[in-house]
Amino acid sequence: MVPSMTTPEPATFSGTHLACLRGGRVVFAGLDFTLASGGALVLLGPNGSGKSSLLRVMAGLLRPAHGVLAWNGQPVGDDPEAQAARTHYLGHHDAVKPVLSVAENLGFWARLHDPHMGRAGRAVDNALDRFGLSHLAAIPGKMLSAGQKRRTNLARLLAAPSPLWLLDEPTTALDKASIKALEAVLAEHRATGGMVVLSTHAEIDLPGATLMQLDDFAVAERFDEPLGEELAH
Amino acid sequence: MNRFLEVVRRDLRLALRQGSDSVMVVTFFVLTVVLFPFGIGPEVNVLERVSAGVLMVTALLASMLSLDRLFQADYEDGSLELLVLTPAPLGVVVAAKMLAHWLTTGLPLMVAAPVLAVLLHMQAEGFAILLAAMALGTPTLSLIGGIGAALVLGARRGGVLLSLLILPLYVPVLIFGVGAIDAAVQGMSAKPHLMILAGILVAALALAPWASSAALRQALE
Repeated sequence: MVPSMTTPEPATFSGTHLACLRGGRVVFAGLDFTLASGGALVLLGPNGSGKSSLLRVMAGLLRPAHGVLAWNGQPVGDDPEAQAARTHYLGHHDAVKPVLSVAENLGFWARLHDPHMGRAGRAVDNALDRFGLSHLAAIPGKMLSAGQKRRTNLARLLAAPSPLWLLDEPTTALDKASIKALEAVLAEHRATGGMVVLSTHAEIDLPGATLMQLDDFAVAERFDEPLGEELAH
Repeated sequence: MNRFLEVVRRDLRLALRQGSDSVMVVTFFVLTVVLFPFGIGPEVNVLERVSAGVLMVTALLASMLSLDRLFQADYEDGSLELLVLTPAPLGVVVAAKMLAHWLTTGLPLMVAAPVLAVLLHMQAEGFAILLAAMALGTPTLSLIGGIGAALVLGARRGGVLLSLLILPLYVPVLIFGVGAIDAAVQGMSAKPHLMILAGILVAALALAPWASSAALRQALE
């Protein structure tokens, strides 16, 4: 079954002069990016170079110490709910409740993201199918392996459509077949005008993606508090 | 509104499947109250005199038992990040979780309270007021407790810290709850006490979800 996604209006998601402070340390500074419909941005860099922090900043979980994120030129801070509605964030944890079945877990997140229940019901089945979880739909979350939990979390992306996907190491715990399925889903998402930002250490096939080395934006030495403060203003 | 109900439904379903929390809270309530006649003797006059206070204090402690799980489980498995990123004001999601907490702890306590009041020889005049005071008081406990639960998120030994933080804030509910029952038993009007309890509840309803949201955002940074 092919998801019945309507092609969204062409849009751009951009960030200018972004900086991020964690515990008084500047993780990255002076970071710019622009992403258009159908585009993909791959974040690379060693551990601690700020890939997760940048994704959390993009998702709105973390306030940037400096800089602005914009959707079609409008700062996203103006309307955080609209930004949340067009974003899917996938972090390190899989948010799968042990006592709910796979279908219940997925259905809850889908309806919470987009409360049109009828549509969510069909989309959930389709999402389960795409990630090879149909036969596990009635299995409680506590019985799942790490890879199956990750796939349940990934299925969220399809269960409620959103143009912007922020994926923090989505391939963790996935087997080769699942990575292939994910690549197909990502390609389809981009073909229908969606955007993808992902961080990864593994090989993932994203044709035409922009690569960004996060350590290029690292600030060499530790800043003392006053300088960090200054940057925050 | 749909999202509000969705979160309530999910939390109730989780509570029913896991089962233990509600049962534990009510069992704690019953057992602790039952200890008092053993501790201070079976004299009718003494038990009757302390009944209102014992019931309210114990209910207050019992409702705190499950409070540290309010956000902790969601925080640990990553659900909280997704709840914060829900396309609805975070206050709505938080209020839904607080309502679910009340339905699984405050409400069962209310059901158990009259039975225990009989055990403590509370006079019949006090029963209706006891229920009214608990109906107005226990939601306040869930609301104020929710702020504490959000503030201690991620802290080591959060449960202990939570009690230290929240118990002083429960004092007004205790004073006016017991005041209402005592007034009714002595043949005076309980209305002023209940009105103040209702006032506290309204204030908590307006403030607690937003205060809690701010604390949650802080915890996730």
